Amino acid sequence: MTLDPVLLSRLQWAWVIAWHILLPAFTIGLASYIAVLEGLYFFTGWNIWIRISGFWTRIFAVSFGMGVVSGIIMPFQFGTNWSRFTDATADVISPLLAYEGLMAFFLEASFLGVLLFGRRLVPTWAHFFAALMVAFGTLLSAFWILATNSWMQTPQGYKIVDGRFEPVDWAAIIFSPSFPYRLLHNVTAFYITTAFVVMGVGAWLLRRGRAAEDARMMIRMALDLLILLMPLQIFLGDQHGLNTLEYQPAKLAAIEGRYDTAQPAPLTLFGIPDDAAATMRDAIEVPRLGSLILTHSWDGAIKGLKEWPADQRPPVGPPFFAFRVMVGIGVIMLVVVVIGQILQLRGRLWDAAWYLRLCQWVAPLGFVAVIAGWITTEVGRQPWTVYGLLRTADSVSPSLTGADVAWSLAFYVAVYLIMFPTGIAFMAGLVRRGPQLPELEAEMVEIESGRPHQPFESAARAAPPS
Amino acid sequence: MVLDLVPLWTILLGLAVFYYVVFDGFDLGVGMLYGFVRGETARATAMNSVAPVWDGNETWLVFGGLGLLTAFPLAFAIIIPAVYFPILIMLLALIFRGVAFEFRFKHAALRRFWDGAFCGGSLVATFAQGVVLGTFIQGFKVEGRQFAGSSFDWLAPFPLAIGVALMFGYGLLGACWLILKTEGELQDWARRAAGICLIAVLAAIAGVSIWTPLAHPNIAQRWFSWPNIAFLSPVPIITALIAIGEWEALRRRHELTPFLGAIALFLMSFAGIAISLWPMIVPYHYTLWQAASSASTQAFLLIGTLFLLPVILMYTAWSYWVFRGKARGIAGYH
Ligand code: HDD
Ligand code: HEM
Ligand code: HEM
Repeated sequence: MTLDPVLLSRLQWAWVIAWHILLPAFTIGLASYIAVLEGLYFFTGWNIWIRISGFWTRIFAVSFGMGVVSGIIMPFQFGTNWSRFTDATADVISPLLAYEGLMAFFLEASFLGVLLFGRRLVPTWAHFFAALMVAFGTLLSAFWILATNSWMQTPQGYKIVDGRFEPVDWAAIIFSPSFPYRLLHNVTAFYITTAFVVMGVGAWLLRRGRAAEDARMMIRMALDLLILLMPLQIFLGDQHGLNTLEYQPAKLAAIEGRYDTAQPAPLTLFGIPDDAAATMRDAIEVPRLGSLILTHSWDGAIKGLKEWPADQRPPVGPPFFAFRVMVGIGVIMLVVVVIGQILQLRGRLWDAAWYLRLCQWVAPLGFVAVIAGWITTEVGRQPWTVYGLLRTADSVSPSLTGADVAWSLAFYVAVYLIMFPTGIAFMAGLVRRGPQLPELEAEMVEIESGRPHQPFESAARAAPPS
Repeated sequence: MVLDLVPLWTILLGLAVFYYVVFDGFDLGVGMLYGFVRGETARATAMNSVAPVWDGNETWLVFGGLGLLTAFPLAFAIIIPAVYFPILIMLLALIFRGVAFEFRFKHAALRRFWDGAFCGGSLVATFAQGVVLGTFIQGFKVEGRQFAGSSFDWLAPFPLAIGVALMFGYGLLGACWLILKTEGELQDWARRAAGICLIAVLAAIAGVSIWTPLAHPNIAQRWFSWPNIAFLSPVPIITALIAIGEWEALRRRHELTPFLGAIALFLMSFAGIAISLWPMIVPYHYTLWQAASSASTQAFLLIGTLFLLPVILMYTAWSYWVFRGKARGIAGYH
């Protein structure tokens, strides 16, 4: 078998981006959480906030560092492996990527230093401000990168000149039809992912009787956020799906596992897709439910993949299964959060050891849902990089041989398999150390001695919370 | 379109690349020297002197890459595949070195490994960047709008030599940074290191100045034809003066001047390369104007850049200001 540079480049892209997305998924949520905690500390002066914030900031530092180094890989991929895609689309999408760099990365990187190292060097308000800026920066990152991706999914505002895309209307390019849905659904997903991690870590600490006060606060904050976000996310997902039905019907057919057009359409709960024969084997279906969910009517039509020529259909397996994983996780999460709220209302949350253990188990689910969601999106877009216009096979760099890409992929796999597990182990170590007081008191003393005009303030802060 | 933005973008991109080379240059340099620093406190001091700022510095690499992509996409699409492996190696090395900042302080048992990763990563990343530069000067094989050579064209004497030269160049910047940010024994050590690197850098500048005109007649033509030779002769003369000044500053134990002198040396080398290659962005096939993106694309990004760049420089300056003064080893990391 010869090595195919296109296939290998796709695998390489999937490998590096899947790792990269895990980190923003966590750091975007965490940055906002830390900003909230710093804000609470700034306004109330209670020690608990600075303790929790310090704890998560140490973890944030590691995950952010990994996010940055895995992110720097990404734009270069466009050049190394996808140079024809780059040549064709750069006039349209490159400013969006560049704006991400200009607005987001510099903001994050500059204020990150102050956030991580500056607690003793700058006044409290400046530290809070730095936390806000880092959080804002991470959100700007998501805005621009998702604008880029959304344009590739649902392109508009361009004209094609000599086979290259040229910009016509920037507002239309940035706010392409799928962008608002993608942005909201993603940012919500990141907050949810982080909140589940915070909750799981809180539960772990609590079960070991460590830093109980802090752990309870973490769990309570996470639960209160999640009871709002979980229903919202499911609603947003539904809206996102409707948008996909309108603009990328072939992808939606793949998600639904629908080869034949149907009216009314059933909902396929499960089945084994067979692309070659274009049928769903062993399908379990609920009559009419598909029409109801997707067209919000009793007998709406849903197009099947057979409406498209075979060389314009995405593979069905990955989007079909990945979508079910994501939705399944969404439902599980909702149930977990509702149970938690009920326990809390009844005042039994802290005694329910089984529930705390459950929180630990579900902590990583957000990451799985994020990856599953992206597999749905990206594989469902195939065989195009720019939907309906530019084929993935015509996007790859022509100079690359299969062996070149096989080598680079092997290197990326090897390095990532060293780096990410180590990073995760470090973060686990930080969790085991738990929120710490002694360090904090040392800090207080130094703030006092370093900034003698503030002794009153720091003394007030050192007082225990009411 | 009315306004030609290509010159402006050329200047902006040139500044971004230069900023990157100087600033990430010094922290990569500190990384390389780190391997030769002895003693736990001294090492921690060296690392702390760059820990709060390296991330911001590296961001200019991203900006340089994205700027090239936006302003001159054709150059990006041809050059980057041509240096597929140097870029790969650079990125992987930057990963190791980037995470070492975090991992080193958090895990005593693996400290040696991460020390090695920090130094080795900096070394390899620098070498790879030099190879990219060398390949760029060497020129590319192009058909139509795509690179048509092999992924191993960079494996030639000139790019490899530039790789080694850049290691000494960044080493010089790093040593001068340490002179500025440290004191006592470590500072004395950095002074000696700077002296060694300076000699190597001057040798490299001389070598490249002879090699490139010999290898590329058009470059020889550019420099040595009349009247160019009259206009351009200040370049080598000023470089020589800076070199002498740098040597004196090191000898007289100045703290800031050596760093500024090193920057000036880089600036002159940069100017030299620019003069040799102008107006090519894909040597020797496409000019800046041929490789430029559409006027609308350039204008769209320019608006934001003109607003944001000053702001970025301001808060970058602020973060350097917060961490002003001498770095210390023990006073902990966050
Ligand atoms: C915590 C994470 C999470 C959870 C619980 C859900 N999603 Fe999701 N979903 C994502 C995280 C995510 C994502 C990773 O953020 C995706 C990938 C691409 C995108 O834009 O968002 C996504 C994509 C995505 C798409 C693909 C749209 C397209 O690319 O055209 C659809 C239709 C849905 N989601 C629908 C849902 C529904 C109906 C859910 C109800 C349970 C749901 N999602 C829960
Ligand atoms: C962050 C989460 C993302 C994940 C997990 C992800 C994952 C994937 C996967 C699995 C593929 C391969 C599909 C296939 O080959 O069948 C792919 C393709 C692609 N994606 Fe994404 N993607 C993400 C975001 C993005 C973004 C933000 C962009 C653009 C800025 C992008 C650009 C591309 C391109 C150019 C391809 C085509 C190359 C290919 O087929 O592999 N992706 N992505
Ligand atoms: C949905 C997809 C993506 C999201 C939400 C996202 C978001 C982020 C965020 C928040 C960071 C800061 C580091 C961190 O928080 O961990 C980051 C880093 C980075 N990302 Fe992504 N990213 C995505 C995909 C991509 C893609 C496709 C590219 C390539 C074009 C890319 C390029 C980068 C770069 C270069 C960095 C490093 C920035 C620095 O130097 O500070 N990202 N990303």
